[in-house]
Amino acid sequence: MSNDTLLQIKDLRVSFRIEGQYYAAVDGVNLEIKKDEVFALVGESGCGKSAMALSISRLHNENYTQCAGEVLYEGKDLLSMTPAEMNNVRGGKIGMIFQDPLTAMNPLMRIGAQIEETLTYHTNLSRAEKKARALELLERVGMVNPALTYDQFPHELSGGMRQRSVIAIAIAAKPDLIIADEPTTALDVTIQAQILDLLDELRTGTGGSMILITHDLAVVADIADRVAVMYAGQIVETATVYDLFANPLHPYTRSLLHSMPSALTEEARLHTIQGIVPTLKNLPRTGCRFAERIPWHNASLHEENPTYHEVTPGHFVLCTCYKTFALGGGTHGTA
Amino acid sequence: MALLEVKDLKVHYPVHGGILGRVVDWVKAVDGVSFTISEGQTLGLVGESGSGKSTIGKAILGLSHITAGKILFDGKDITRSVRKNRSPFRKSVQMIFQDVYSSLNPRKRVLDIIAEPLRNFEKLSKAEERKRVDELLAIVGLSPDNASKYPFEFSGGQRQRIGVARAIALKPKLIVCDEPVSALDVSVQAQVLNHLKDIQQELGIAYLFISHDLGVVRHMCEDLTIMHNARFVETGTREDIYNEATHIYTKRLIAAIPDIDPLKRKENAANRKEVNALYDKEQDVWYKNGRGVYDLKPVSDTHYVAMQ
Repeated sequence: MSNDTLLQIKDLRVSFRIEGQYYAAVDGVNLEIKKDEVFALVGESGCGKSAMALSISRLHNENYTQCAGEVLYEGKDLLSMTPAEMNNVRGGKIGMIFQDPLTAMNPLMRIGAQIEETLTYHTNLSRAEKKARALELLERVGMVNPALTYDQFPHELSGGMRQRSVIAIAIAAKPDLIIADEPTTALDVTIQAQILDLLDELRTGTGGSMILITHDLAVVADIADRVAVMYAGQIVETATVYDLFANPLHPYTRSLLHSMPSALTEEARLHTIQGIVPTLKNLPRTGCRFAERIPWHNASLHEENPTYHEVTPGHFVLCTCYKTFALGGGTHGTA
Repeated sequence: MALLEVKDLKVHYPVHGGILGRVVDWVKAVDGVSFTISEGQTLGLVGESGSGKSTIGKAILGLSHITAGKILFDGKDITRSVRKNRSPFRKSVQMIFQDVYSSLNPRKRVLDIIAEPLRNFEKLSKAEERKRVDELLAIVGLSPDNASKYPFEFSGGQRQRIGVARAIALKPKLIVCDEPVSALDVSVQAQVLNHLKDIQQELGIAYLFISHDLGVVRHMCEDLTIMHNARFVETGTREDIYNEATHIYTKRLIAAIPDIDPLKRKENAANRKEVNALYDKEQDVWYKNGRGVYDLKPVSDTHYVAMQ
C-alpha cells in the first residue's frame, strides 16, 4: 500500500440472501482511493454500486448480507472491526451523504441539533463551542441565514437546503473520506449545480477524499478525478476522468456514453443496449458478464476468465472484448 | 387549426385554515398560461419542481380543477366537459406517468392493464381484444406472451413500455408525457425515448412532453417552453431556446447543465458563476416584485420572452 492511499478495497464480495441462498451483488472488487481525490463509481441500478458503499461504512443489514474481503482504511480492516470501533469510524472518519435528504435526517430534530449530535460523538467540544461550530458549518455550506436554519426542522427547508444540511452533518467531524450516494439525483438541475459546486469548493478548502456514487455521467465529468464503471457487480473499467471520456474502452462504457441524450447536441436516435441488466439471481458468474448484451460479438473475443488489462498507464479494462471498436451491429435491438 | 389550444389557464388551489376551515389563501400553481399544440407536434414543457408544469398536464386531462381559462380541443371548448367520464375527448387524450411502479395496477395482468381503455370505449370480442393487445405490445417491442404476466415481473423500462402501450391503445391524438423517463436508467431511457419517437412517426400523435431534463427535452421536442413561478418565461423553437436564450431564468437553467466533457469543467463553472451573479442582480429587471413573471413578448416569429 503506497503512502497516498486512504482506502484500499481488496477482493470485496457483498452477497445478499435470496430464498436461503447468498448471491454476490458486489463480486470481487479491488480498488484504491487516494488521498484528496474524488473517485466516482458509475453504473446503472442494480450494478452493486450502492451495496459497495454501504459495506464500506457497514450500514448494510447483517441479517441477510454477507461481506467477504478486506476494506483497509489507513491500514485497518473495517470489515473486522467491532461495532464500537465502527461507530467511531462512521461520521468521524467517514461521512455519508445520501440521495434523499429528507429521509436521511431525523424529522423531529432541529437542524442545529442534528449537526451537534455528530460533534457530541466525535469531538470533546463544550455546548457553546458545538453551537458555534454548527453555525460555522451552516454558513460554510452556503446557508443564507445560519442562525435561522439552526432552529428549523428538515420539513421547513427546500430540497437544496436539506441536502446542504446533510452535507454539513457529513463534514462536521472533519472526516477524511466522504461517501456520497447519488447526492444530487433528487434535486433540480440548478440546485444540482449549486451542490456540485459546493462539494468541489469544500474539497479545495479542506482536502479529503470523496467516493461519489452516481448513474449520471455528466455529474462525473463535472467533479470526479478518477472513475470506475461498474456492471453486474464487477468493475469493468477504471481510468482518470479525462481518459475515460476521451477514450472509453469497455463496450459497456461506450454504450452508456452513447445512450445519453445530450442538451448540447442532437441526434436522431439514441443508442440502446440490447437485452436487460440481469437480475442478481441470474448473473452470469463465469466469463465476460457483458457478453450477452453484445451477442453479435464472437465468443473468441472474450476471455474465458476475464482479467484486467492496463491499456495506458492507470487505465484498466476488464476482458479483451474492448478490442472490437464496432458499436454497430444490432445495437438498436430491443429487449 | 391547432389540435389543442389552451387560453389563459389558471389553476389555483385553496388553502384552508382556522377553526371553520375557511379558505384563507390560494396557491397559484398555474397562473395564466396560453399555448397551442398542433397535430403530430411535440411541445416540451420544462421547469423545476414546483413550477406548475405537471399541473398543466393534469388540468388538460381533467385531473385537476380549472380555476379560469379555456381549453379548446379540435376547436371545441372542452373546459367544462373535460371531467365527464365518457366524453369523446377522454379517448383522444392519454397520459404516460413518471412512476412506473405505481401507475400499473399490481393485481392486474398486462392484458387487463392494456385492454382497460379498450373495454371502456370500444366493444370488442375477447379474440379481437387479445389481437389488439398483442399488436400494441409489438409496437412497444414486447412479445405477446408477456400479456398474461403481472407488472412485478418486468423491469422499469419494460413497465414504462407497458404504460406507453396502454396510452396508445385508443389511438389518441395527444399524449401528455409527465416525466416519462426520469425514473429510468440511461440505457433504458434511450429505449423508451426511441419508442416514443417511432410511435409518433407511425401514428402521428402529438406529445406534451413535461420534463426537467434539458437533455431529454432537446432530444424529443422541436418546440419548448420554460416555466417558472407558475408562468411561462420563454417559449420558442429548440434553436431559439438553446442558442439564443434571453430570459435570465432560461440562461441559468442552461448554464446549470453539467457538460459531458471534463475538459470544459473550469469554463462551465465560471460561466455558471457569472450567470448566477447576473440572475441575482437582474431580479428586478425580469420579475415583478421579485417573483411575478411578466407577459410574453415576441422577440422573433417563434421566440417569445416574458419581459417588461
